[in-house]
Amino acid sequence: MNISDYISIFAIVFVMFNGILGSVLVVIYGERKVLARLQQRIGPSRTGPWGILQTLADAVKLVLKEDIRPQNSDRIIFYLAPLIIFTPIFMLWVVLPFGSGLVLGDIDLGLFYVSALLGLSVVGMVAAGWSSNSKYAMLGSARSAAQLISYELPLILSILSVGLFAQLFTDNPFNLSSIVNAQAGLPFIFVMPLAFVLFLIGGLAETARIPFDIPHADEEIVGGAFVEYSGIRWGAFQLSEYTGLITMAFLASILFLGGWSGPFSDKFVWLQPFYISSKTAFIILLAFWIRAPLPRLRIDQLMAFAWKAIIPISFANFILVSLVVFIGDRISLPIFQIQLILGLLNLISMIALAYLLTSRRKRRLAVYRERWGEK
Amino acid sequence: MPTDYAFNYTAVIVAAGFGFGGIGFTFILSRLLAPKRPSLMQTIAYECGIIPEGQGNTKYNIRYYLFALFFLIFAVEAVFMFPWVVVFLALPSSAFISMMIFLAILIFGLAYAWRKGVLQWR
Repeated sequence: MNISDYISIFAIVFVMFNGILGSVLVVIYGERKVLARLQQRIGPSRTGPWGILQTLADAVKLVLKEDIRPQNSDRIIFYLAPLIIFTPIFMLWVVLPFGSGLVLGDIDLGLFYVSALLGLSVVGMVAAGWSSNSKYAMLGSARSAAQLISYELPLILSILSVGLFAQLFTDNPFNLSSIVNAQAGLPFIFVMPLAFVLFLIGGLAETARIPFDIPHADEEIVGGAFVEYSGIRWGAFQLSEYTGLITMAFLASILFLGGWSGPFSDKFVWLQPFYISSKTAFIILLAFWIRAPLPRLRIDQLMAFAWKAIIPISFANFILVSLVVFIGDRISLPIFQIQLILGLLNLISMIALAYLLTSRRKRRLAVYRERWGEK
Repeated sequence: MPTDYAFNYTAVIVAAGFGFGGIGFTFILSRLLAPKRPSLMQTIAYECGIIPEGQGNTKYNIRYYLFALFFLIFAVEAVFMFPWVVVFLALPSSAFISMMIFLAILIFGLAYAWRKGVLQWR
Protein backbone atom coordinates (compact mmCIF):
# COMPACT_ATOMS: atom_id res chain seq x y z
CA MET A 1 0.00 0.00 0.00
CA ASN A 2 1.53 3.27 -1.07
CA ILE A 3 0.10 6.69 -1.74
CA SER A 4 -0.85 5.97 -5.35
CA ASP A 5 -2.99 3.03 -4.18
CA TYR A 6 -4.91 5.32 -1.86
CA ILE A 7 -5.37 7.89 -4.61
CA SER A 8 -6.64 5.26 -7.07
CA ILE A 9 -9.07 3.85 -4.50
CA PHE A 10 -10.45 7.33 -3.84
CA ALA A 11 -10.75 8.08 -7.55
CA ILE A 12 -12.50 4.79 -8.35
CA VAL A 13 -14.94 5.04 -5.45
CA PHE A 14 -15.71 8.65 -6.42
CA VAL A 15 -16.44 7.63 -10.01
CA MET A 16 -18.53 4.69 -8.82
CA PHE A 17 -20.57 6.87 -6.45
CA ASN A 18 -21.39 9.36 -9.17
CA GLY A 19 -22.04 6.58 -11.65
CA ILE A 20 -24.58 5.07 -9.28
CA LEU A 21 -26.30 8.42 -8.77
CA GLY A 22 -26.48 8.88 -12.54
CA SER A 23 -27.78 5.39 -13.20
CA VAL A 24 -30.44 5.83 -10.51
CA LEU A 25 -31.65 8.95 -12.33
CA VAL A 26 -31.78 6.97 -15.57
CA VAL A 27 -33.56 4.02 -13.93
CA ILE A 28 -36.23 6.22 -12.34
CA TYR A 29 -36.84 7.95 -15.68
CA GLY A 30 -36.94 4.54 -17.38
CA GLU A 31 -39.38 3.18 -14.83
CA ARG A 32 -41.77 6.09 -15.24
CA LYS A 33 -41.59 5.87 -19.00
CA VAL A 34 -41.93 2.07 -19.25
CA LEU A 35 -44.73 1.97 -16.68
CA ALA A 36 -46.52 4.75 -18.53
CA ARG A 37 -46.31 2.87 -21.80
CA LEU A 38 -47.58 -0.29 -20.14
CA GLN A 39 -50.57 1.67 -18.82
CA GLN A 40 -51.35 3.43 -22.14
CA ARG A 41 -49.93 6.77 -21.01
CA ILE A 42 -47.04 8.83 -22.30
CA GLY A 43 -45.20 9.53 -19.08
CA PRO A 44 -42.83 12.45 -18.43
CA SER A 45 -42.47 14.42 -21.66
CA ARG A 46 -42.11 18.12 -20.84
CA THR A 47 -38.72 18.56 -19.13
CA GLY A 48 -36.03 18.40 -21.76
CA PRO A 49 -36.25 16.28 -24.92
CA TRP A 50 -38.63 13.33 -24.28
CA GLY A 51 -38.66 14.36 -20.63
CA ILE A 52 -35.23 12.95 -19.87
CA LEU A 53 -34.42 15.74 -17.43
CA GLN A 54 -37.50 15.00 -15.29
CA THR A 55 -35.72 13.08 -12.53
CA LEU A 56 -32.91 15.63 -12.40
CA ALA A 57 -35.50 18.36 -11.93
CA ASP A 58 -37.14 16.29 -9.19
CA ALA A 59 -33.80 15.84 -7.42
CA VAL A 60 -33.08 19.60 -7.52
CA LYS A 61 -36.56 20.26 -6.16
CA LEU A 62 -35.95 17.80 -3.32
CA VAL A 63 -32.72 19.58 -2.35
CA LEU A 64 -34.54 22.91 -2.26
CA LYS A 65 -37.45 21.58 -0.17
CA GLU A 66 -37.82 22.33 3.53
CA ASP A 67 -36.56 19.58 5.81
CA ILE A 68 -39.06 18.77 8.56
CA ARG A 69 -38.43 16.77 11.72
CA PRO A 70 -41.61 15.77 13.58
CA GLN A 71 -41.93 16.65 17.25
CA ASN A 72 -40.83 14.11 19.88
CA SER A 73 -38.82 12.22 17.29
CA ASP A 74 -35.42 10.84 18.18
CA ARG A 75 -33.16 13.42 16.57
CA ILE A 76 -29.90 11.53 16.05
CA ILE A 77 -31.46 8.28 14.83
CA PHE A 78 -33.91 10.19 12.64
CA TYR A 79 -31.05 11.96 10.89
CA LEU A 80 -28.85 8.87 10.66
CA ALA A 81 -31.44 6.41 9.28
CA PRO A 82 -31.20 7.35 5.55
CA LEU A 83 -27.43 7.08 5.75
CA ILE A 84 -27.64 3.67 7.46
CA ILE A 85 -29.86 2.40 4.66
CA PHE A 86 -27.81 3.74 1.77
CA THR A 87 -24.26 2.96 2.91
CA PRO A 88 -24.37 -0.90 3.01
CA ILE A 89 -25.89 -1.03 -0.47
CA PHE A 90 -23.19 1.27 -1.78
CA MET A 91 -20.48 -0.76 -0.03
CA LEU A 92 -21.62 -3.80 -2.04
CA TRP A 93 -20.32 -2.22 -5.23
CA VAL A 94 -16.73 -2.61 -4.07
CA VAL A 95 -16.77 -6.34 -4.81
CA LEU A 96 -18.94 -6.39 -7.95
CA PRO A 97 -16.87 -7.10 -11.09
CA PHE A 98 -17.60 -5.20 -14.32
CA GLY A 99 -15.19 -7.28 -16.39
CA SER A 100 -12.36 -9.73 -15.93
CA GLY A 101 -10.00 -7.93 -13.55
CA LEU A 102 -12.22 -4.84 -13.66
CA VAL A 103 -13.11 -4.91 -9.97
CA LEU A 104 -12.06 -2.66 -7.10
CA GLY A 105 -11.77 -5.16 -4.25
CA ASP A 106 -11.58 -8.77 -5.39
CA ILE A 107 -12.47 -10.24 -1.99
CA ASP A 108 -12.24 -14.04 -1.68
CA LEU A 109 -15.41 -14.26 0.40
CA GLY A 110 -17.39 -12.08 -2.00
CA LEU A 111 -20.67 -13.97 -1.61
CA PHE A 112 -20.39 -13.86 2.19
CA TYR A 113 -19.73 -10.12 2.09
CA VAL A 114 -22.71 -9.62 -0.22
CA SER A 115 -25.14 -11.58 1.94
CA ALA A 116 -23.87 -9.87 5.09
CA LEU A 117 -24.43 -6.39 3.69
CA LEU A 118 -27.81 -7.26 2.17
CA GLY A 119 -29.03 -8.09 5.66
CA LEU A 120 -28.12 -4.65 7.02
CA SER A 121 -30.82 -2.61 5.31
CA VAL A 122 -33.43 -3.82 7.81
CA VAL A 123 -31.58 -1.91 10.55
CA GLY A 124 -32.04 1.38 8.73
CA MET A 125 -35.72 0.72 8.05
CA VAL A 126 -36.44 -0.08 11.70
CA ALA A 127 -34.41 2.93 12.83
CA ALA A 128 -36.36 5.21 10.50
CA GLY A 129 -39.73 3.87 11.63
CA TRP A 130 -38.93 3.88 15.31
CA SER A 131 -37.37 7.32 15.49
CA SER A 132 -40.16 9.09 13.59
CA ASN A 133 -42.64 8.79 16.49
CA SER A 134 -45.51 8.18 14.09
CA LYS A 135 -47.95 5.28 13.91
CA TYR A 136 -47.78 4.81 10.17
CA ALA A 137 -44.00 4.83 10.25
CA MET A 138 -43.99 2.31 13.09
CA LEU A 139 -46.34 -0.05 11.24
CA GLY A 140 -44.36 0.35 8.05
CA SER A 141 -41.08 -0.45 9.74
CA ALA A 142 -42.55 -3.53 11.48
CA ARG A 143 -43.86 -4.82 8.16
CA SER A 144 -40.63 -3.96 6.47
CA ALA A 145 -38.60 -5.85 9.07
CA ALA A 146 -40.87 -8.90 8.80
CA GLN A 147 -40.67 -8.93 5.02
CA LEU A 148 -36.94 -8.32 4.76
CA ILE A 149 -36.02 -11.06 7.22
CA SER A 150 -38.45 -13.55 5.70
CA TYR A 151 -37.25 -13.11 2.14
CA GLU A 152 -33.59 -13.00 3.09
CA LEU A 153 -33.52 -16.77 3.61
CA PRO A 154 -34.44 -17.76 0.01
CA LEU A 155 -31.96 -15.15 -1.17
CA ILE A 156 -29.16 -16.59 0.97
CA LEU A 157 -30.04 -20.16 0.05
CA SER A 158 -30.02 -19.48 -3.69
CA ILE A 159 -26.72 -17.58 -3.34
CA LEU A 160 -25.35 -20.60 -1.45
CA SER A 161 -26.48 -23.00 -4.15
CA VAL A 162 -24.53 -20.93 -6.67
CA GLY A 163 -21.53 -21.28 -4.38
CA LEU A 164 -22.12 -25.04 -4.20
CA PHE A 165 -22.17 -25.44 -7.94
CA ALA A 166 -19.16 -23.19 -8.48
CA GLN A 167 -17.18 -25.66 -6.32
CA LEU A 168 -16.97 -27.92 -9.36
CA PHE A 169 -15.01 -25.35 -11.37
CA THR A 170 -12.83 -23.55 -8.87
CA ASP A 171 -11.48 -23.90 -5.34
CA ASN A 172 -12.45 -20.30 -4.65
CA PRO A 173 -16.22 -20.61 -5.04
CA PHE A 174 -17.24 -17.47 -3.14
CA ASN A 175 -15.22 -15.09 -5.27
CA LEU A 176 -17.53 -13.31 -7.70
CA SER A 177 -14.93 -13.22 -10.48
CA SER A 178 -14.38 -16.98 -10.29
CA ILE A 179 -18.15 -17.52 -10.30
CA VAL A 180 -18.36 -15.59 -13.57
CA ASN A 181 -15.41 -17.51 -14.97
CA ALA A 182 -17.19 -20.76 -14.07
CA GLN A 183 -20.09 -19.68 -16.29
CA ALA A 184 -17.98 -19.17 -19.40
CA GLY A 185 -19.38 -22.36 -20.91
CA LEU A 186 -22.96 -22.34 -19.70
CA PRO A 187 -24.61 -19.63 -17.55
CA PHE A 188 -26.03 -20.94 -14.30
CA ILE A 189 -29.58 -19.95 -15.27
CA PHE A 190 -29.72 -22.99 -17.56
CA VAL A 191 -28.29 -25.23 -14.87
CA MET A 192 -30.51 -24.09 -12.00
CA PRO A 193 -33.47 -22.02 -13.18
CA LEU A 194 -35.25 -22.69 -9.87
CA ALA A 195 -32.53 -20.92 -7.90
CA PHE A 196 -32.73 -18.01 -10.35
CA VAL A 197 -36.47 -17.65 -9.84
CA LEU A 198 -36.00 -17.82 -6.06
CA PHE A 199 -33.28 -15.18 -6.26
CA LEU A 200 -35.51 -12.95 -8.36
CA ILE A 201 -38.42 -13.26 -5.92
CA GLY A 202 -36.14 -12.65 -2.95
CA GLY A 203 -34.56 -9.67 -4.69
CA LEU A 204 -37.93 -8.11 -5.52
CA ALA A 205 -38.98 -8.55 -1.90
CA GLU A 206 -35.71 -7.18 -0.51
CA THR A 207 -36.07 -4.04 -2.58
CA ALA A 208 -39.78 -3.85 -1.60
CA ARG A 209 -41.14 -3.67 -5.12
CA ILE A 210 -44.65 -4.57 -6.25
CA PRO A 211 -46.01 -7.26 -5.59
CA PHE A 212 -44.02 -7.19 -2.34
CA ASP A 213 -44.45 -3.52 -1.41
CA ILE A 214 -46.76 -3.86 1.60
CA PRO A 215 -44.13 -2.07 3.79
CA HIS A 216 -44.64 1.06 1.69
CA ALA A 217 -48.31 0.56 0.74
CA ASP A 218 -49.00 4.11 -0.38
CA GLU A 219 -52.78 3.72 -0.09
CA GLU A 220 -52.92 2.67 3.55
CA ILE A 221 -49.78 3.69 5.44
CA VAL A 222 -48.69 6.36 2.94
CA GLY A 223 -45.10 5.31 2.43
CA GLY A 224 -44.38 3.25 5.52
CA ALA A 225 -41.16 3.80 7.41
CA PHE A 226 -40.31 7.09 5.74
CA VAL A 227 -43.70 8.82 5.91
CA GLU A 228 -42.30 11.56 8.18
CA TYR A 229 -39.28 12.33 6.01
CA SER A 230 -39.32 15.17 3.55
CA GLY A 231 -36.98 16.88 1.16
CA ILE A 232 -33.59 15.39 0.48
CA ARG A 233 -33.83 12.82 3.30
CA TRP A 234 -36.85 11.28 1.60
CA GLY A 235 -34.83 11.47 -1.60
CA ALA A 236 -32.08 9.48 0.10
CA PHE A 237 -34.60 6.71 0.84
CA GLN A 238 -35.71 6.63 -2.79
CA LEU A 239 -32.09 6.67 -3.89
CA SER A 240 -31.22 3.67 -1.75
CA GLU A 241 -34.30 1.81 -2.94
CA TYR A 242 -33.36 2.20 -6.60
CA THR A 243 -29.70 1.54 -5.85
CA GLY A 244 -30.89 -1.67 -4.23
CA LEU A 245 -32.81 -2.59 -7.37
CA ILE A 246 -29.78 -1.96 -9.59
CA THR A 247 -27.57 -3.92 -7.19
CA MET A 248 -29.94 -6.88 -7.14
CA ALA A 249 -30.13 -6.93 -10.93
CA PHE A 250 -26.35 -6.71 -11.16
CA LEU A 251 -25.96 -9.56 -8.68
CA ALA A 252 -28.47 -11.68 -10.58
CA SER A 253 -26.60 -11.11 -13.82
CA ILE A 254 -23.30 -12.03 -12.14
CA LEU A 255 -24.60 -15.12 -10.34
CA PHE A 256 -26.93 -16.55 -12.96
CA LEU A 257 -26.67 -14.85 -16.34
CA GLY A 258 -22.94 -15.30 -16.80
CA GLY A 259 -21.79 -11.80 -15.83
CA TRP A 260 -19.51 -10.25 -18.38
CA SER A 261 -19.16 -13.34 -20.56
CA GLY A 262 -20.85 -13.32 -23.94
CA PRO A 263 -19.98 -13.72 -27.62
CA PHE A 264 -16.39 -12.52 -28.30
CA SER A 265 -15.96 -11.25 -24.76
CA ASP A 266 -12.54 -12.94 -24.51
CA LYS A 267 -11.18 -11.22 -27.60
CA PHE A 268 -12.61 -7.76 -27.12
CA VAL A 269 -12.27 -6.76 -23.48
CA TRP A 270 -14.21 -3.55 -23.96
CA LEU A 271 -17.35 -5.63 -24.68
CA GLN A 272 -17.43 -7.03 -21.13
CA PRO A 273 -18.89 -4.00 -19.24
CA PHE A 274 -21.36 -3.61 -22.09
CA TYR A 275 -22.53 -7.21 -21.72
CA ILE A 276 -22.93 -7.04 -17.96
CA SER A 277 -24.78 -3.73 -18.03
CA SER A 278 -27.16 -4.92 -20.73
CA LYS A 279 -27.94 -8.05 -18.68
CA THR A 280 -28.54 -5.81 -15.65
CA ALA A 281 -30.80 -3.55 -17.71
CA PHE A 282 -32.74 -6.58 -18.87
CA ILE A 283 -33.43 -7.71 -15.30
CA ILE A 284 -34.40 -4.17 -14.25
CA LEU A 285 -36.84 -4.09 -17.18
CA LEU A 286 -38.22 -7.44 -15.96
CA ALA A 287 -38.83 -5.84 -12.54
CA PHE A 288 -40.75 -2.95 -14.17
CA TRP A 289 -42.75 -5.42 -16.21
CA ILE A 290 -43.64 -7.48 -13.13
CA ARG A 291 -44.69 -4.27 -11.41
CA ALA A 292 -47.19 -3.17 -14.04
CA PRO A 293 -49.88 -5.90 -14.00
CA LEU A 294 -49.65 -7.31 -10.47
CA PRO A 295 -51.56 -6.22 -7.35
CA ARG A 296 -50.03 -5.99 -3.89
CA LEU A 297 -49.92 -9.00 -1.55
CA ARG A 298 -51.56 -8.64 1.87
CA ILE A 299 -49.25 -9.09 4.87
CA ASP A 300 -50.67 -12.52 5.76
CA GLN A 301 -50.36 -13.68 2.14
CA LEU A 302 -46.86 -12.28 2.05
CA MET A 303 -45.68 -14.14 5.14
CA ALA A 304 -47.48 -17.33 4.15
CA PHE A 305 -45.88 -17.17 0.71
CA ALA A 306 -42.46 -16.74 2.29
CA TRP A 307 -42.64 -19.40 5.00
CA LYS A 308 -44.95 -21.98 3.44
CA ALA A 309 -43.88 -21.82 -0.19
CA ILE A 310 -40.60 -20.07 -0.88
CA ILE A 311 -38.50 -21.23 2.07
CA PRO A 312 -39.35 -24.97 1.75
CA ILE A 313 -38.75 -24.75 -2.01
CA SER A 314 -35.41 -23.05 -1.52
CA PHE A 315 -34.38 -25.69 1.02
CA ALA A 316 -35.36 -28.40 -1.44
CA ASN A 317 -33.43 -26.63 -4.18
CA PHE A 318 -30.37 -26.33 -1.95
CA ILE A 319 -30.48 -30.03 -1.03
CA LEU A 320 -31.02 -31.03 -4.67
CA VAL A 321 -28.04 -29.01 -5.89
CA SER A 322 -25.78 -30.23 -3.11
CA LEU A 323 -26.79 -33.89 -3.69
CA VAL A 324 -26.21 -33.73 -7.44
CA VAL A 325 -22.90 -31.89 -7.08
CA PHE A 326 -21.67 -34.20 -4.32
CA ILE A 327 -22.63 -37.48 -5.98
CA GLY A 328 -21.45 -36.27 -9.39
CA ASP A 329 -18.10 -35.31 -7.93
CA ARG A 330 -17.67 -38.55 -5.96
CA ILE A 331 -18.34 -40.82 -8.97
CA SER A 332 -16.32 -38.31 -11.07
CA LEU A 333 -18.86 -37.57 -13.78
CA PRO A 334 -17.77 -35.01 -16.37
CA ILE A 335 -19.04 -31.52 -15.57
CA PHE A 336 -21.22 -31.38 -18.67
CA GLN A 337 -23.22 -34.41 -17.48
CA ILE A 338 -23.64 -32.93 -14.01
CA GLN A 339 -24.96 -29.73 -15.61
CA LEU A 340 -27.34 -31.72 -17.78
CA ILE A 341 -28.69 -33.81 -14.88
CA LEU A 342 -29.12 -30.78 -12.63
CA GLY A 343 -30.81 -28.78 -15.36
CA LEU A 344 -33.25 -31.59 -16.15
CA LEU A 345 -34.07 -32.16 -12.46
CA ASN A 346 -34.64 -28.43 -12.01
CA LEU A 347 -36.92 -28.31 -15.03
CA ILE A 348 -38.94 -31.29 -13.77
CA SER A 349 -39.33 -29.78 -10.30
CA MET A 350 -40.38 -26.40 -11.76
CA ILE A 351 -43.07 -28.06 -13.87
CA ALA A 352 -44.25 -30.05 -10.85
CA LEU A 353 -44.42 -26.88 -8.74
CA ALA A 354 -46.34 -25.02 -11.43
CA TYR A 355 -48.78 -27.94 -11.68
CA LEU A 356 -49.24 -28.01 -7.88
CA LEU A 357 -49.90 -24.26 -7.71
CA THR A 358 -52.37 -24.27 -10.60
CA SER A 359 -54.28 -27.29 -9.30
CA ARG A 360 -54.62 -25.56 -5.92
CA ARG A 361 -55.92 -22.47 -7.68
CA LYS A 362 -58.40 -24.52 -9.68
CA ARG A 363 -59.68 -26.12 -6.48
CA ARG A 364 -60.12 -22.72 -4.89
CA LEU A 365 -61.93 -21.41 -7.94
CA ALA A 366 -64.28 -24.40 -7.82
CA VAL A 367 -65.07 -23.68 -4.17
CA TYR A 368 -65.64 -20.02 -5.00
CA ARG A 369 -68.02 -20.84 -7.88
CA GLU A 370 -69.96 -23.25 -5.69
CA ARG A 371 -70.43 -20.53 -3.09
CA TRP A 372 -70.95 -17.42 -5.19
CA GLY A 373 -71.94 -18.70 -8.62
CA GLU A 374 -70.33 -17.86 -11.96
CA LYS A 375 -68.55 -14.54 -12.04
CA MET B 1 -2.20 -12.77 -8.33
CA PRO B 2 -2.28 -12.99 -4.53
CA THR B 3 -5.22 -11.16 -3.04
CA ASP B 4 -4.16 -7.93 -1.44
CA TYR B 5 -6.15 -7.78 1.79
CA ALA B 6 -5.03 -4.30 2.79
CA PHE B 7 -6.03 -2.87 -0.59
CA ASN B 8 -9.43 -4.62 -0.67
CA TYR B 9 -10.51 -3.70 2.81
CA THR B 10 -9.23 -0.14 2.48
CA ALA B 11 -11.54 0.07 -0.53
CA VAL B 12 -14.41 -1.20 1.63
CA ILE B 13 -13.75 1.44 4.29
CA VAL B 14 -13.42 4.20 1.69
CA ALA B 15 -16.72 3.12 0.14
CA ALA B 16 -18.39 3.30 3.56
CA GLY B 17 -16.96 6.78 4.00
CA PHE B 18 -18.23 7.85 0.58
CA GLY B 19 -21.67 6.40 1.32
CA PHE B 20 -21.92 8.46 4.50
CA GLY B 21 -20.06 11.48 3.22
CA GLY B 22 -21.67 11.77 -0.21
CA ILE B 23 -25.23 11.57 1.07
CA GLY B 24 -24.30 13.73 4.07
CA PHE B 25 -22.99 16.33 1.63
CA THR B 26 -26.37 16.56 -0.08
CA PHE B 27 -27.99 16.96 3.35
CA ILE B 28 -25.65 19.85 4.13
CA LEU B 29 -26.37 21.35 0.71
CA SER B 30 -30.08 21.09 1.40
CA ARG B 31 -29.64 22.74 4.81
CA LEU B 32 -27.83 25.65 3.16
CA LEU B 33 -30.29 26.08 0.29
CA ALA B 34 -33.68 25.09 1.66
CA PRO B 35 -35.96 27.46 3.58
CA LYS B 36 -36.43 26.80 7.30
CA ARG B 37 -39.67 28.14 8.79
CA PRO B 38 -40.79 25.59 11.38
CA SER B 39 -44.31 25.87 12.72
CA LEU B 40 -46.29 23.74 15.14
CA MET B 41 -48.70 22.24 12.64
CA GLN B 42 -45.81 21.23 10.40
CA THR B 43 -44.12 19.08 13.00
CA ILE B 44 -47.18 17.06 14.02
CA ALA B 45 -46.97 13.44 12.90
CA TYR B 46 -48.84 12.78 9.65
CA GLU B 47 -52.06 10.83 10.02
CA CYS B 48 -54.00 11.96 6.98
CA GLY B 49 -54.88 15.31 8.51
CA ILE B 50 -56.28 14.16 11.85
CA ILE B 51 -54.44 15.24 15.03
CA PRO B 52 -52.77 12.05 16.33
CA GLU B 53 -53.83 10.52 19.64
CA GLY B 54 -51.40 9.08 22.18
CA GLN B 55 -47.89 7.78 21.63
CA GLY B 56 -46.41 7.43 18.19
CA ASN B 57 -44.61 4.19 18.99
CA THR B 58 -47.72 2.07 19.27
CA LYS B 59 -48.07 -1.60 20.02
CA TYR B 60 -48.12 -3.94 17.09
CA ASN B 61 -48.93 -7.56 16.39
CA ILE B 62 -46.99 -10.14 18.42
CA ARG B 63 -46.66 -12.26 15.27
CA TYR B 64 -43.78 -10.08 14.08
CA TYR B 65 -41.72 -11.26 17.05
CA LEU B 66 -42.50 -14.91 16.33
CA PHE B 67 -41.30 -14.57 12.75
CA ALA B 68 -38.23 -12.72 13.94
CA LEU B 69 -37.43 -15.63 16.29
CA PHE B 70 -37.84 -18.06 13.40
CA PHE B 71 -35.59 -15.98 11.24
CA LEU B 72 -32.97 -16.00 13.98
CA ILE B 73 -32.92 -19.81 13.97
CA PHE B 74 -32.57 -20.02 10.21
CA ALA B 75 -30.02 -17.24 9.99
CA VAL B 76 -27.78 -18.94 12.53
CA GLU B 77 -28.15 -22.13 10.50
CA ALA B 78 -27.11 -20.23 7.35
CA VAL B 79 -24.02 -19.07 9.23
CA PHE B 80 -23.15 -22.73 9.79
CA MET B 81 -23.76 -23.51 6.14
CA PHE B 82 -21.42 -20.88 4.67
CA PRO B 83 -18.12 -22.52 5.72
CA TRP B 84 -19.47 -25.94 4.74
CA VAL B 85 -20.34 -24.72 1.24
CA VAL B 86 -16.82 -23.36 0.65
CA VAL B 87 -15.03 -26.66 1.26
CA PHE B 88 -17.57 -29.49 1.13
CA LEU B 89 -16.07 -31.29 -1.87
CA ALA B 90 -12.67 -31.49 -0.19
CA LEU B 91 -14.12 -32.92 3.03
CA PRO B 92 -14.82 -36.64 3.63
CA SER B 93 -18.33 -37.94 2.93
CA SER B 94 -19.26 -37.89 6.62
CA ALA B 95 -19.29 -34.07 6.51
CA PHE B 96 -21.88 -34.16 3.73
CA ILE B 97 -24.05 -36.66 5.59
CA SER B 98 -23.91 -34.72 8.83
CA MET B 99 -24.91 -31.50 7.04
CA MET B 100 -27.86 -33.33 5.51
CA ILE B 101 -28.91 -34.54 8.98
CA PHE B 102 -28.58 -30.98 10.28
CA LEU B 103 -30.81 -29.70 7.47
CA ALA B 104 -33.31 -32.50 8.09
CA ILE B 105 -33.63 -31.50 11.76
CA LEU B 106 -34.19 -27.88 10.73
CA ILE B 107 -36.81 -28.75 8.15
CA PHE B 108 -38.52 -30.99 10.70
CA GLY B 109 -38.63 -27.98 13.02
CA LEU B 110 -40.21 -25.85 10.30
CA ALA B 111 -42.77 -28.58 9.57
CA TYR B 112 -43.60 -28.89 13.27
CA ALA B 113 -44.13 -25.15 13.59
CA TRP B 114 -46.30 -25.20 10.48
CA ARG B 115 -48.40 -28.04 11.89
CA LYS B 116 -48.81 -26.22 15.19
CA GLY B 117 -50.16 -23.21 13.31
CA VAL B 118 -47.36 -20.82 14.23
CA LEU B 119 -47.00 -19.71 10.62
CA GLN B 120 -50.69 -18.79 10.43
CA TRP B 121 -51.14 -15.01 10.46
CA ARG B 122 -54.19 -14.26 12.59
